Amino acid sequence: MDTAKLEFVRGTLDVLILKALVWGPLHGYAITNLIRRQSDDALLLEEGTLYPALWRLENKELLEAEWGLSENNRKAKFYRLTAEGRRQLRHEVRTWEAYAAAVAKVLAATQPPLPEPMG
Amino acid sequence: MTPIPIWRRYARIFGPDPAADVKDELSFHLQAKVDDLVRQGWHREAARQEAERLFGDLRAVQRIGTRIGEQMERRKRLKDYWSDSLQDVRYTFRTLGRDPSFAAISILILALAIGANVAVFSVVNTLLLRPLPFPESRELVWIAPPPTSCGLSCATYSADAYEEFRDQSRAYQDVTGYEAFTTPDNLRLTGRGEPQPATSIEVVGNFFQLLGVQPAMGRLFSAEETRPGAHPVALLANAYWKSQFNADPAIVGKAIELSGTPITIVGVLPDSFDFGAVFSPGAKVDLFTPLDLNQERNWGNIVTFLGRLKPGVTVAQALDDANRVAPNIYFNTKYPQTLGRYKGSLIPVPLKDYVTGKLRRSLIALWCAVGAILLIAGVNLSNLLLARASARAKEFAVRGALGATRGRIVRQLLMESLVLSGAGAVLGLGLARTLIAWLAHQGSVALPLLSALRIDGEALVWTVIVAIFTATIFGLLPGLKIASGNLQEVLKDSGPGAGLGRNHERVRAVLVVSEVALACVLLVSAGLLLRSFSKVLDVDLGFQPDRAASIRVDYDDSAPTEEASQAKRGAIFQQILARVSALPGVEAAGMSDYLPLGPNREWDTPVPQGKTFAPGELPDPLVYVVTPGFIRAMGIRLQGRDFTWADGPHSERVVLINASAARVYWPGEDAVGKILMRDKEEDHVIGVVDDVHEETVEGGTGSQIYYPVTQQGPSSAQLVVRTSLPPATLAPSVLSALRELNPQQSAAEFRPIQTIVDRAVSPRRFFTLLVGSFAALGLLLAALGIYGVISYSVTRQAHTIGIQMALGASTGRVQRQVLAGTLRLALAGMLLGTLAALAVSKLISSLLFSVSSWDLPTYLGMALSLLLVAALSGYIPAWRASKVNPMEALRSN
Repeated sequence: MDTAKLEFVRGTLDVLILKALVWGPLHGYAITNLIRRQSDDALLLEEGTLYPALWRLENKELLEAEWGLSENNRKAKFYRLTAEGRRQLRHEVRTWEAYAAAVAKVLAATQPPLPEPMG
Repeated sequence: MTPIPIWRRYARIFGPDPAADVKDELSFHLQAKVDDLVRQGWHREAARQEAERLFGDLRAVQRIGTRIGEQMERRKRLKDYWSDSLQDVRYTFRTLGRDPSFAAISILILALAIGANVAVFSVVNTLLLRPLPFPESRELVWIAPPPTSCGLSCATYSADAYEEFRDQSRAYQDVTGYEAFTTPDNLRLTGRGEPQPATSIEVVGNFFQLLGVQPAMGRLFSAEETRPGAHPVALLANAYWKSQFNADPAIVGKAIELSGTPITIVGVLPDSFDFGAVFSPGAKVDLFTPLDLNQERNWGNIVTFLGRLKPGVTVAQALDDANRVAPNIYFNTKYPQTLGRYKGSLIPVPLKDYVTGKLRRSLIALWCAVGAILLIAGVNLSNLLLARASARAKEFAVRGALGATRGRIVRQLLMESLVLSGAGAVLGLGLARTLIAWLAHQGSVALPLLSALRIDGEALVWTVIVAIFTATIFGLLPGLKIASGNLQEVLKDSGPGAGLGRNHERVRAVLVVSEVALACVLLVSAGLLLRSFSKVLDVDLGFQPDRAASIRVDYDDSAPTEEASQAKRGAIFQQILARVSALPGVEAAGMSDYLPLGPNREWDTPVPQGKTFAPGELPDPLVYVVTPGFIRAMGIRLQGRDFTWADGPHSERVVLINASAARVYWPGEDAVGKILMRDKEEDHVIGVVDDVHEETVEGGTGSQIYYPVTQQGPSSAQLVVRTSLPPATLAPSVLSALRELNPQQSAAEFRPIQTIVDRAVSPRRFFTLLVGSFAALGLLLAALGIYGVISYSVTRQAHTIGIQMALGASTGRVQRQVLAGTLRLALAGMLLGTLAALAVSKLISSLLFSVSSWDLPTYLGMALSLLLVAALSGYIPAWRASKVNPMEALRSN
């Protein structure tokens, strides 16, 4: 897969953003870097799409924002998880895991399913 | 994340700017990216291009960001506003709780003012604004001649005229009417124990269909039931069905006995239909029977006209139509010479105008009166709040210094007034409900639609409007006043109420003056109405209502011939009167078929013998058919002799006429002994009686003629008894005497004649009472206003007064000084108020009765009561001023 971009399944970006902020407040650019590095460069998101997602989450009060200074002393907008955001993340992670397990099961199948017992 | 150091912390100068925020955020992203790329060895310019490429559509993202940002900003502002408001409310409750007497007085004042406003609005809404309670009620018109002095006979039409008019008119979907000469308790409900009186009205068959009234049960009249010989049927009024038949669900189809005749009930009318409330205020109608036009054909004018216009036809077009039709209408088709008798006397007016048009001015006056009350209450509250605001000037200054904007402080003050007026509105609504419930049950007040009064959704909306309006007028002024003050000055100054004080006092004086002026206008209006009312009560009615009472007598005078019937009737009546006169406490007794101030009718146009008059010059006198003794029992003055029982069917025909008729027939001569001709019949005038007010207490009187019951047919019999005892104590013995002679006599009410007069003047009494109480309320509020201002200024000047007293001023002098200040305010208000009252009294002059709008006693009374009240409300602070201890006043501050 090396440099090929993985298409983002709709709705996945939100949960990745929430997850990225678990470690502490970050600005947008740092979030893209974090996602890229934690996926070992597998997930490259088109940077433009990150911000609307951030703002939507802020509007839904899953995130809150504050202006602060970046590592090189520039004014940047930092996002942090709200309590509601944390709850939402837990929920979405569970959903994702269940989904992924189900998909994996289907894909890993080596023989067709047995016929259903007649009830 | 490092927080922004304090020196780099700045807000957007012109408030939040979501677009700029988005730009900043995105440009930070691009720069960071470029820096990273440069670190990886990119050329700076190429790195910039690469960063933008990787980013995608920068503008689109910016647009989305701005939109979301603005949305969030709006929500935040709203949230701030609400949380601020909640804070204001909490704060308001705290401050008001600290000053409960202020809160209680303000809420009470507001409750009275708002309650009065809501109650009057409900009355005005029901009577004037809302359409009548019929579907498409705008199409309904009342058709009547212009007002004349011959009573109902001139306001009604003949059966023939009804058919002709209905068939020839093109403006109407249909025309209907009812028999107008019904007297209360005209039937007896028999066959169910003791006979009970009942009131029935004959209506043209299509009456309810035309009005659009649907029966609650059963059906309306069918066409067959209005034809001669049809089986008698009746519709029950809802209230009668409930009271007399215990709301029997199976009543339809049952037969009841009315005055001995079995009648089948075909239906029950809905609760919403109240005949009396619309057509005959203050009266109740129990049941309705179909009018047989054929039977009434020779009875003259007996039907009222009521039409439903075709959609889109205007009243003016209907009038043109009526004028076109009128010349072709006969009074009686059998007599060609009666063609065109109704020329110019078929005038349609909207039914609503007929029902409530006369009340329009009174109601508007009433509305203005409560409006004035509201203004006075508002000004009063404004004044109280100003006084409080002065005392709280420091609190506001501190809040201002701590960063509260002026808008915020004004908002806080407005919130206080809103809370006050909200509480006042709730309490006022309760008051209004009580008042309205009471009014709705004033069955004896002859006002239309009263029974339909209730506090409904519209009244609630009006309450909210009034409450907000009041809160704004009384809250805004003090708020602006406070906010415009120089806060620093207040903070520096340490004296109580210093700084804003002097300026405030001037504003408050102006407020008090305007309050007094408004009260003045109210007092003058109420005074004029009160004087009118007392003049109305003083009107010589031509009879003496006190100590007289009447009861409806049931009798059976059926006989084969007219003369036999007259003789039989004479015998019955003579017997009744002999029995009743013998009862202890009875001074005089007599009977008449109609009583004054009620329905009445005219018959013919008698001509004085040997004289000729131009057509139309002679009046159609109102006719009363009476027994001997009636004139004395009613207390009517008589010259000549009364009827006797010797005036029988076979003796000389005799009549009594009233003074007005005598003046017309034989001006300047003695009418007694003269002869009136009706066709070939000679009526000998044996006496002249005083004019009796036949329709209204306030209107004039026309010609009247009295016939003996033994020579003419009365339409009913009202026994009138003059007594030295209270009528109520006499009632049982009179009724049992009547029962002895006629077991079928119904338990009709023994009504004092005074109640008839009371009913006739009840609308005026009603309005006078209301306007009077509003004026009293206005006076009270004005007094409160004066007291507030003077009392405050005494507190403020305690220092000065202390110096004066230390320098030797006597307590009397100090008191005089304060009282003089009070009277100055009152006089200024009265001067303004008198001018305004002169203008207003011109507007209500049509509501006055023999009182000029310049009536001096009224103005003097107003001036006196205002001065008295002002002096009283100034005296308490004056007394307090004279008790100032000079040493203490000087020491403090």
